[in-house]
Amino acid sequence: MHELSVCQALVGQVEAIARRESAARVTTIRLAIGPLSGVEAELLRRAWPLAAGATIAEDAELIIEEADIRVACSVCGAESDAKANRLLCGECGDWRTRLVSGDEMLLTRLELERATDVERREGGATTTMEDGGHV
Amino acid sequence: MCDTCGCNITAGNRHLIRPGGKLERTASGAESVTVLRSLLSENDHQAAHNREHFDGHGVLAVNLMSSPGAGKTALLEATIVALAGEFRIGVIEGDLETENDAERIRRHGVPAIQIATGTACHLDAHMVHEAVHGLALDDLDIVFIENVGNLVCPASFDLGQHRNVTLLSVPEGDDKPAKYPVMFRAADHILFTKCDLLPVLDDFDPERARRCIRDLATPARVQAVSVKSEEGLDAWLDWLRTEHAAQAGRVARGESARPAVQPEGAHLHAGDDARGG
Repeated sequence: MHELSVCQALVGQVEAIARRESAARVTTIRLAIGPLSGVEAELLRRAWPLAAGATIAEDAELIIEEADIRVACSVCGAESDAKANRLLCGECGDWRTRLVSGDEMLLTRLELERATDVERREGGATTTMEDGGHV
Repeated sequence: MCDTCGCNITAGNRHLIRPGGKLERTASGAESVTVLRSLLSENDHQAAHNREHFDGHGVLAVNLMSSPGAGKTALLEATIVALAGEFRIGVIEGDLETENDAERIRRHGVPAIQIATGTACHLDAHMVHEAVHGLALDDLDIVFIENVGNLVCPASFDLGQHRNVTLLSVPEGDDKPAKYPVMFRAADHILFTKCDLLPVLDDFDPERARRCIRDLATPARVQAVSVKSEEGLDAWLDWLRTEHAAQAGRVARGESARPAVQPEGAHLHAGDDARGG
């Protein structure tokens, strides 16, 4: 089960971003996982608490968006849905297709709270929002 | 895909990038940061470093993947014997436990580094990096990385290899490519091994297996081999020679190569020639 390795790598990335953003806690982690990534979303969900325990992401909600498989045909140009073990063009049936979507294994978005956010929510100081400059 | 130019934004995830820039407020007031990085970006970074290392020494790195017992080590032994005096070969062996496979390779006078992964079901780029430092790359032409026997996990981890070779031993059945599409899609070259057993097997139709592979829209070439009868061995060795020459050419031009896995259509071969066996 390599999903645990993937979760451990994810925790490392989340921690680095949280540090860079001076976050007090991470509330939501959004992933995009395609069926051809070789990673099972359900196994990721189960492995996540093991990897995230005692980290800044411990209480974060893990939201996994499961991407559809889409292929573009190099022969007829059509774009069509496909199955993991049948990636042929849905229009002309040719095998020379290019995967448009379906092999994603991405950390797409993080939602986090800064210490000042927590204070504001609890009636403390307000914070101004930064814009841009982030990877 | 890289993580900087936006080429990892696909039709499948574009909608996740909402208006409002890279940072925005969610309804609950939390701050939202768009990341769009591969979950394995740290591994991929190390893999790129490994590949530079291989390229810097003019070495072709080939990753062998298959089920346990499909004949990876036996294929390597036959390859080492056949190419003795022609190429200097080094081997990195991945298994959960034991030094057995590395010892088999070393008996042929070839350097072999064993990685015992413990419980890990795959090799990753960091493990391979450590092993590479145990090999004198200047004295080698081809490095084979024999991955952990497993038709699932190894396909997801880039190690820094130039080519992926996936073995399907004929006793496993001809529908394995349909059952494990991620693994067979990752292959640049596919070998049906132990094909000397075909006459006694009634559940492996090579044509059916080829159709399953074709359905994965891969241009990978398929060859049948037997290290016992030596059938098909010459074709496999010729593929290696071609790949080694291609790598030498790339190194001379300051270029590199990654396993195909459909890099935006650039690798698509015209015609069925590339698919034949």
